[in-house]
Amino acid sequence: MRTVIFRTSAPYLTSLMVLFSVFVLLRGHNEPGGGFIGGLIAASAFAIYGIACGVSPVRRALYFHPMALSGFGLFLAALSGFASLFFGVPFLTGLWTSPEILGVTVDLSTVLFFDIGVYFVVVGSVTSIALALEERERV
Amino acid sequence: METALSGLVGLFYAVAVYLMLSKHTIRMILGIVILGNAVNMTIFAAGRVLREVPPIIPAGFDTPPESVANPLPQALVLTAIVISFSFFAFLLVLAYRAYQELGTDDTDEMRVAEPDGEGPPPMGY
Amino acid sequence: MASGSQSLTFFALVLPFLAALAAPFLTRVLKHNAAWVLAIAPAFIFLHFAGLLDTIAGGATVSGGYSWIPSLDIRFSWFLDGLSLTFALLISGIGTLIVLYSGGYLKGHPQLGRFFSFILLFMGAMQGLVVSDSFLTLFVFWELTSITSFLLIGFDHKREASRRAAIQALVVTGLGGLSLLAGLLVIWIATGETELSGLLAAGDTMRHSALYLVALVLVLGGAFTKSAQFPFHFWLPNAMEAPTPVSAYLHSATMVKAGVYLVMRLNPAFGGTDAWETVLPVFGGTTLIVGTLLAIRQTDLKLMLAYTTVASLGILVMLTGLGSDKAVEGAVLYLVAHSLFKGTLFMVAGVIDHESGTRDVTKLGGLRRAMPVTFAAALLAALSMGGLPPFFGFLAKEEIYAALQFQDGWHGLFTLVAILGNALMLVIGFAVALKPFLGPRVATPKDAHEGSVLLWLGPLALATLGLVSALLSGTAHHFVSSPMASAVAGSDIAVHISVVPHVSLPLVLSVLTVVLGIVVYWRLDQARAAIAGLLAAIGWGPDRGFDQTIRGLLRVSFGVTRIIQSGRMEVYMTVTFIAIALALWAPMTVFGELPDLPDMPNLPFYEWTVLAIAAIGLGAVVYAQDRLTAIVSLGIQGFAVALLFMLLGAPDLSFTQFMVETLSVVILALAMTRLRLHPSDHRPTNEKLLDIAVAAACGAGFGLLILKVTQMPFDDSLSEFFKTYSYVIAHGRNVVNVILVDFRGLDTLGEIAVVMIAGLAILALIRVRVPKPAADGKEGG
Repeated sequence: MRTVIFRTSAPYLTSLMVLFSVFVLLRGHNEPGGGFIGGLIAASAFAIYGIACGVSPVRRALYFHPMALSGFGLFLAALSGFASLFFGVPFLTGLWTSPEILGVTVDLSTVLFFDIGVYFVVVGSVTSIALALEERERV
Repeated sequence: METALSGLVGLFYAVAVYLMLSKHTIRMILGIVILGNAVNMTIFAAGRVLREVPPIIPAGFDTPPESVANPLPQALVLTAIVISFSFFAFLLVLAYRAYQELGTDDTDEMRVAEPDGEGPPPMGY
Repeated sequence: MASGSQSLTFFALVLPFLAALAAPFLTRVLKHNAAWVLAIAPAFIFLHFAGLLDTIAGGATVSGGYSWIPSLDIRFSWFLDGLSLTFALLISGIGTLIVLYSGGYLKGHPQLGRFFSFILLFMGAMQGLVVSDSFLTLFVFWELTSITSFLLIGFDHKREASRRAAIQALVVTGLGGLSLLAGLLVIWIATGETELSGLLAAGDTMRHSALYLVALVLVLGGAFTKSAQFPFHFWLPNAMEAPTPVSAYLHSATMVKAGVYLVMRLNPAFGGTDAWETVLPVFGGTTLIVGTLLAIRQTDLKLMLAYTTVASLGILVMLTGLGSDKAVEGAVLYLVAHSLFKGTLFMVAGVIDHESGTRDVTKLGGLRRAMPVTFAAALLAALSMGGLPPFFGFLAKEEIYAALQFQDGWHGLFTLVAILGNALMLVIGFAVALKPFLGPRVATPKDAHEGSVLLWLGPLALATLGLVSALLSGTAHHFVSSPMASAVAGSDIAVHISVVPHVSLPLVLSVLTVVLGIVVYWRLDQARAAIAGLLAAIGWGPDRGFDQTIRGLLRVSFGVTRIIQSGRMEVYMTVTFIAIALALWAPMTVFGELPDLPDMPNLPFYEWTVLAIAAIGLGAVVYAQDRLTAIVSLGIQGFAVALLFMLLGAPDLSFTQFMVETLSVVILALAMTRLRLHPSDHRPTNEKLLDIAVAAACGAGFGLLILKVTQMPFDDSLSEFFKTYSYVIAHGRNVVNVILVDFRGLDTLGEIAVVMIAGLAILALIRVRVPKPAADGKEGG
């Protein structure tokens, strides 16, 4: 599997897939997509990179340990739930704001951060599993 | 469509059960994957199926203008797919580690927890 | 009553538990002298209850409580009349002395703190038991005494005999407790009362209820096991494995009297019927005779005392059952007297054991010079136990004889029983109190001398109280005996008996008892040999029966476990799936709920194609001969499912399924290179047929179930809610995603936590290496 072509194209493929996964994540509220799907796409991107170039480049590229990303995601998701605390509404109630940034109206919400949290959990956990198995194979 | 779907899901269950009745862990895991699909489709079918109309509200509307697929089972199944994947990965690694440690994938030969021909318990106090 | 006093009573009930909490820490600092501090707790309780004496003697009752489970109308409530108060005073008073005595007896024991903790826990439980008003608190405290008794008997848990005795006591009294619970529930059904005070007022309803006998048998099951009535008496002598303070406190003065307390408490509601007046005297009388005879047989001081305790409990049950005013008076007096003299004698036995190193009465003698204070206490207690004037035991015995005195044939029988029992009791009392002290000095394992003040303070105080209370019988009766007897009888009774001699039939019977006792004491060795010979001839007793029952249970459960848990995975799986198939098929066929058989569905060709691809994929997984085929065909069925989702209006599901299947194939391929997939499944033909049948039954069952479900009317209110409000409230056009991250966000939070935990678990599984014992014992860092 570790052909030259594959090895050369894998980093670009991976970057494109990660970019695509972010796109899927962000459009998830109004079109098919969302944190789960986006996360799985990104995880497969890293898995492909790992198969093509080995595990250590992936770990270097990720910089953080995948499980740390996962933990960050869970933390972010829980934190976005606690935001409702300051407005006296029940845990995880969605809160919306629409500030204008550089002339574009951006809908920001706690729900968005929750979905980003889901994304990170899925990316982290699945990548961690895939990398762990790939590493074993090379021992 | 419901009829054909129930037939297919029945087949999924039958194959899953047959594989899980095997002695070999790897076949059992294949069975569990198929069982996961079968259960997902059961939930999906129980929410009634409707062709090709995803539950998405078009721009300019506040509610779906026509009848759309039932979103609730889809939400249930979506997380179920991801979780059953995690579960599958866990079982796979478990089987593979068990194979490394015990040198077998035959459940009949895995007798560490329930050894064969174990004597009676101590009768004292 | 005033709420200040109410909260004080509540504090008194909680205090022992607080003291139990503090005990280990105090003991760590103060060693055995912690006893002095810890004894403050029971002493305070004693003083608190003593403060209520005047109120209760005036005929009033004290009650109070807090709402506990309002929805079920269950309260944490207490209720004090003469009976409860006397018990409460005995528990806290003797408890104070026992705590001090324990400090001396277990001085230097490494687990003294734990011991204090247990004994204070027990004290709290017993205290709660005797003042409980609501059935539920009564039961909870009742079981708590069983559990603390278990802990205390098994205190020396390194010896098998202790463990056996502890388990035996727990099994017997615990089963009795369950019987009591059932009895209390039956009483509740029969009368509608959930509190004792209510039940006492509803005595007639209870006695005339159709459930009376059932309730009686169940409640007595609890009382008789707790109070060691024949044939449940065997656990009490075995409980002597506990340290002596425990024997003195739990197994003579307090806990074993819980059964007697219950019988006395229920006397106004249950008593007076033929069943009551037959069952109780017969069991009590039998217990009295068996207990005294077995006591004669023993040479161990503690065992002799234990069997006489059994006998004394028999007398108490017998008298309560006879139920006349005099009998109740006798029972009340005897109960108080017994707690005083038996507690003393146990502590004396403990002191002798502690100081001389043996408890065998045949190896002791001549200790009177070495241990004069202990000897004095023993003598005072033995005289009271023997029923000699001027001791409290004398008053009790006079009153017992006054109640019996050959009124008729029935009472005549019990008069004889009582004379024999009392005479033998006197023998044992003197054997314990005199044999070790009189006669020539016998060499003992340890050089005996008087113990510390902690050791002799308790026995001496109790024994003196037995004398003083008899001399001041007027005061004792006014504050204790009369209110208690009134509470037991359910009507006002004034106790009058005093030490002033009064020639009458009871006195004659007393003299007869003493003479008989002295004769037997003279011939004690022969009597012992005779009974030993008799027991050897019988050769079986409930104690051995207990062992046989336990072994039988173990063998049966081992056999059953062996059949049910064969250790073969396929058997477990087959049974599970057969059960599932039955669960699917049975309701549908039994209730005629099978779905209508539909026509052949009319689908466009591409849908048939997807279905066919899925079916082919499934078939290929089953028939896969090698790893690659298996992985690929698993992928095929998964992608077919993804296509189905796409066709049926679920793009989110479809994408997710595609991604998951891709990743599944990848990690399966990665792991499979390390695993073996057998070319084919070596299943014998008959096994294969069975598996196919089970699989087909499950598959068809699920298929029919889904068919049936889709033929039923569909409630779409929930789905409509999500569709209607997805954009309006949650500003999202993708309803599925809105459900996931907004409407049901908490579920999703839980689910991503599961995903993360699975990731962590896998990481751990891969990293953790079992160290190989021989080859590469060193783990790579």
